[in-house]
Amino acid sequence: MTEKVGVYICHCGSNIAGVVDVEEVAKWAGESLEGVTVSREYKFMCSSLGQELIEDDIKNEGLTRVVVAACSPHLHEKTFRRACANAGLNPYLCQMASIREQVSWVVEDKELATEKAKAMIAGAVNRVQLHEELEPSLVPVNPNTLVVGGGIAGIQASLELADAGYPVYLVEREPSIGGHMAQFDKTFPTLDCAACILTPKMSDVGAHPNINLLSYSEVEEVSGYVGNFSVRIKKKAKYVDEEKCTGCGICIEKCPKKVIDDVFEAGMGYRKSIYRPFPQAVPNIPVIDTESCTYFERGKCKACQIFCPTEAIDFEQQDSYLDVDVGNIILATGYDLFDCKAMPQYGYGRLANVFTSLEFERMCNASGPTEGKIVLRDGVTEPESVLIVHCVGSRDENHNRYCSAICCMSALKFGHLVVEKTNAEVTSCYIDMRTNQKGYEEFYERLLEEGMNFIRGKVAEVTDAARFPGEEDKLIVQVEDTLLGIQRRIPVDMVVLMAALEPRADAREVGLQFGIACSMEGWFTERHPKLDPVATMTDGIFIAGVAQGPKDIPAVVAQGAAAAARVQGMITKGTVEIEPVVATINEEMCSGCRICNTLCPFNAIEYLEDKEVSYINSVLCKGCGTCVAACPAQAISGAHFSNEQIFAEIEGLLYDVISGNGAKAPQVEREPIPA
Amino acid sequence: MAEERFEPKIVAFLCNWCSYRAADLAGTARIKYQPNVRMIRVMCSGRVDPTFVLKALALGADGVMIAGCHPGECHYLEQNYKAMRRFSMLKHSLRALGLEEDRVRLQWASAAEGAQLAEAINEMIDQVRALGPLNWPGNWSEDVDAAIERITEEHAEAMEVPA
Repeated sequence: MTEKVGVYICHCGSNIAGVVDVEEVAKWAGESLEGVTVSREYKFMCSSLGQELIEDDIKNEGLTRVVVAACSPHLHEKTFRRACANAGLNPYLCQMASIREQVSWVVEDKELATEKAKAMIAGAVNRVQLHEELEPSLVPVNPNTLVVGGGIAGIQASLELADAGYPVYLVEREPSIGGHMAQFDKTFPTLDCAACILTPKMSDVGAHPNINLLSYSEVEEVSGYVGNFSVRIKKKAKYVDEEKCTGCGICIEKCPKKVIDDVFEAGMGYRKSIYRPFPQAVPNIPVIDTESCTYFERGKCKACQIFCPTEAIDFEQQDSYLDVDVGNIILATGYDLFDCKAMPQYGYGRLANVFTSLEFERMCNASGPTEGKIVLRDGVTEPESVLIVHCVGSRDENHNRYCSAICCMSALKFGHLVVEKTNAEVTSCYIDMRTNQKGYEEFYERLLEEGMNFIRGKVAEVTDAARFPGEEDKLIVQVEDTLLGIQRRIPVDMVVLMAALEPRADAREVGLQFGIACSMEGWFTERHPKLDPVATMTDGIFIAGVAQGPKDIPAVVAQGAAAAARVQGMITKGTVEIEPVVATINEEMCSGCRICNTLCPFNAIEYLEDKEVSYINSVLCKGCGTCVAACPAQAISGAHFSNEQIFAEIEGLLYDVISGNGAKAPQVEREPIPA
Repeated sequence: MAEERFEPKIVAFLCNWCSYRAADLAGTARIKYQPNVRMIRVMCSGRVDPTFVLKALALGADGVMIAGCHPGECHYLEQNYKAMRRFSMLKHSLRALGLEEDRVRLQWASAAEGAQLAEAINEMIDQVRALGPLNWPGNWSEDVDAAIERITEEHAEAMEVPA
């Protein structure tokens, strides 16, 4: 071997050095590994001093290859590649050995950890000597952005981008943007009216020249890569001509068919068959729900069409498709609410006066089904007592283990609304009160002063089976008061269940469509939980809002703005580097068998009829290497993951085994692949 | 003194997007597993050429794990299915060579499944430890050429049509 390899072993403070004997490893690598001319250990390789160490050795010692044994390459590969590039060495001539995530953090025994670290380094040293210089290609970034989801996260992201002068396609599944926030009455802890702070933003979106709002639409197909995505959007038929409709609402008035509104009113109110979810909807164009519309059911009615002053109703309208090119995508698809019927002990769906938090939210809303009056299911009776059950479906190993983050504060807000609007006594049954943001604890104190009762204990059951005097015609809440250490039966008129926030039912499908991962629960996974909270593992795809995990409105807005800032950074830079890790076919070795042709899901491989060989389009190739492994003639080579490189790595990883068994497997000498 | 416990050597191929990140997560979460596994990063489980597995075993590994994204969750859409198909072929061939089932394993591990990956690794190491050393290199350790000659002769004999 003619390469000069530098090996750098990071202590990572005591993260690595506390378990792995770094001095011993560095000494060993310098003495026993072929090709190693420099071997050092250093406290923090990723620090500027650590990087300088590498740069100096490349310049002064003439290193031609670099191995850094430190954390996972997912964390600092870029850092060390940059250091190499700074010193004039092609960045792809650097290899990392993950001796923190794969060794020091997972192995307890120091000796065994040191042994494993040596093997990992031997693998890297063996492999790096076969690395080739690679050049990333630069591709332009399309300045358009797709934002999926028109809740407050998507709205914020869209406005930030549009205000900065960049075109945005905002896709919303429902007929109007606004999301869950539009359903709320007040927002904690300031008690701002949700509509008052949201609707101006919604109309800004509707009127913004840079925002193309596609309501009642869904993303059908996504292809391409960072900077250059192609997206097909399905615009569901509204049966209303958007150009002609003025949003006057006469059609809604005249529609004879009333159905329960399960979405916006959470089943508490009604809407017509032609409807917009709420009066301030953006866009203000109604849609026809074909499932309940009399015309679509029986072929007769057309009341809306008859009365429409601008002839905007079009029963013949079809779903249409729009193909757009965008450079980046922000996913802000929000959440679903936990189905409280999954906890039958709380009686939701069986006991009339058990409400979900969203139902209660609609009830409190002045434009909601009860015009803001807090009443029992009969619609008139004001309750004398209300009990709020926390953690319904959250912090529960039978349902979701996580904390939904917003319910404690929502419950306090509900408590305040009950005190403000009724004379009822209000009680909260909590496991822990979690009020850990700006102004939250103060709000909790305020509710304590306002006379809300707090019982620490998870509610066991809500029942209507009266056993004691005073329980007749009441809901009886059975709960262990863990502060007093007693069981209590509390008769109340109304129970509100603080339902957990859950990932969208189709979150995994959406994740797959956009090529991003979901956590075990189904929340979209961010690139790094602390340092990169809105980017994802897929370049050009960003996430914002509750789709990433439960959080309150300020955090959602911050994420929306953060995602927009990241996208703006990409657009301003104008170009993006594409990894040169792609497969290529050696025409001389290709027999034209076409086995590889069908293996590529990105259609990157085509068959050249004239030359009778297959050809890989490097722009479409994503570098998975499946074709490389499948080629019977070994005519395909995968850059940076060639057979030779991987074989070398295997040999290095097993260096001690090989020296122990005293033998090498018979090597079949193969003709070197001509360049 | 108790007999020294056999410590198998396992080579694991982890896909860059799910399983390598699962290993990262196991590390970050400080989930301990046995150190007998040595990992190689590949971009996709679909990249794993069966010869990689054979190479590892031929060099003295006692077992090989291939880990990738769950079916339907592949970063490259469907390449883990190809890994799966290839794996069943490989297993078939290895069975013919007399290799025990537990020595090669295809494991799905998403980026969120650090604990599951660690558990699978531990389980596999225990299984291979119970099987004992594979020692393929031992078959040809003394004299490679003689061993190959012997195999060739045996093969020729077997193929001979009796008079």
